[in-house]
Amino acid sequence: MRRVAVVGLGHTKFCFNSPLTEVEMLAEAAMDAINEPNIKPKDIQAAFIGNVLGDFSEGQGMVQSYFINDIGCDQIPASRLEGACASATMAIRDAYMWVASGYYDIVLAGGTERATAMGVPLATRTFAMFGDSRYEYPAGFTFPAAFGLLAHLYSDRYGIPLEKLKEQMAAVSVQSHFYGMKNPNAQFHQEITVDDVLSSPMICSPLQLHDCCPFSDGAAAVVLASEEIAKKLVDKPVYIIGIGQASSPNLARQRKYLPRLRARELAAEQSYRMAGLKPKDIDVCELHDCFSIASLIAAESLGFFEFGTAGNAWEKGETRIGGKIPINISGGLKAKGHPIGATGASQVCEIARQLRGQMVDEGRQVEGAKVGMVDTLGGDGVILNLILSVE
Amino acid sequence: MEYKLPFKDYNKALKKNQLMGLKCNNCEAITCPPMMVCSECASTDLSIIELSGKGKIVTFTTTYVAPEGRQNEVPYTIVIVELDEGPWIMGNLIDIDPGKVGMELIGKRVKMGNRVFPGDKYSAGSAARPVFSFI
Ligand SMILES: [Zn+2]
Repeated sequence: MRRVAVVGLGHTKFCFNSPLTEVEMLAEAAMDAINEPNIKPKDIQAAFIGNVLGDFSEGQGMVQSYFINDIGCDQIPASRLEGACASATMAIRDAYMWVASGYYDIVLAGGTERATAMGVPLATRTFAMFGDSRYEYPAGFTFPAAFGLLAHLYSDRYGIPLEKLKEQMAAVSVQSHFYGMKNPNAQFHQEITVDDVLSSPMICSPLQLHDCCPFSDGAAAVVLASEEIAKKLVDKPVYIIGIGQASSPNLARQRKYLPRLRARELAAEQSYRMAGLKPKDIDVCELHDCFSIASLIAAESLGFFEFGTAGNAWEKGETRIGGKIPINISGGLKAKGHPIGATGASQVCEIARQLRGQMVDEGRQVEGAKVGMVDTLGGDGVILNLILSVE
Repeated sequence: MEYKLPFKDYNKALKKNQLMGLKCNNCEAITCPPMMVCSECASTDLSIIELSGKGKIVTFTTTYVAPEGRQNEVPYTIVIVELDEGPWIMGNLIDIDPGKVGMELIGKRVKMGNRVFPGDKYSAGSAARPVFSFI
């Protein structure tokens, strides 16, 4: 297998009510990713695209074909990957594999989503399609409900009184909004306080509005190339050195393992093993904070903190720049936004820019970051991890 | 290979308050709701059994924001129950005030009944779900 690098990045602003279609947003992100290393659309040999709900939000399936035509590389193979909120990470993992295998030299991967066009009731309904339609949805199961269930279980399992846990969860959202202020592509540019979180409307107990990421529109894309070509195209290729992906059954079926998510532990282990690294070697991480409690669960399973202690770490600032492991310096899904088909590509863009040292002007550079990790969760059912490195 | 206890049969029984599952003839584990294979050892040597529907609450959440078509149901409480036979299953908790429940729910003993979600334009027909009340 060949080494594969990220050589181009593109990222639209994440927002409510995008005036652009999913294809148009993705075309903008993709052209930026193609222009960065000074290549042309005709140099792209294949595309791998995450898109989840275009069928519902725009009545548009198969965005990948229309997109490829839109940017002038028509007739190349283009595939859509669907793994709910982890779709774009799946797309990048597959794109990686096609280049690593030697079959292609330069490919494009990314994702796009326009969830806010659906409005909240339909968006809530369609997002719930990523739970089990037979054994979960009849009870009114939604994703905030999934993480509400996990939050109460977390409190019980680790003996953290719910009021204390809620303060720790609030610290996650406060940090995300702090860094979101510094990210020009973020959906929210507004600082919030622990009191703001704890006085926001209840969504699915114990999760309040500010424990939850928003519905979002946006796109992100990356160009991947073999090492040989990457070195000719750019000064600082960012290599993908570890990949992992694992699946889960529906939530109740995971039983006593909960509130830990075994799929994440398997995916993380795959990526650490492939990279020959350990959690302490990671300098910066973008993880899947769809809900505040999800950040605690993720950071523990990735090996950054002992089980039951991640909330304390957020409260003490160990997840900020200068702390033990800077996490979601983009603002995370909470403040940057979460256009579900695009999120994984957005996370890769963020980590790649950190490793290139391009965040100084925005006041959110993790100094000297050499190795970064991406963590993305989709539905009940899939978790992916990627490890990127400039070495 | 034939699916031993498909959703259609499980659902039909649940609508009559019967909770059906599969007992593994290889490792004795109980799988509920059903799957093609044993949830523990992946054996296909399975027998259909009826479960008690009794167990204890392991976690809960009360939902205030409903999906399209279910706005008239909020607030409602979802629970995961550990059945006496081992499996964990999802359902709703009834005969309580959803706005007033808290951590004291965890560990409470419950018994099962059912309510039917009539389905919507996105679902393939109606589906019963377990509803639990305190024993
Ligand atoms: Zn078995």
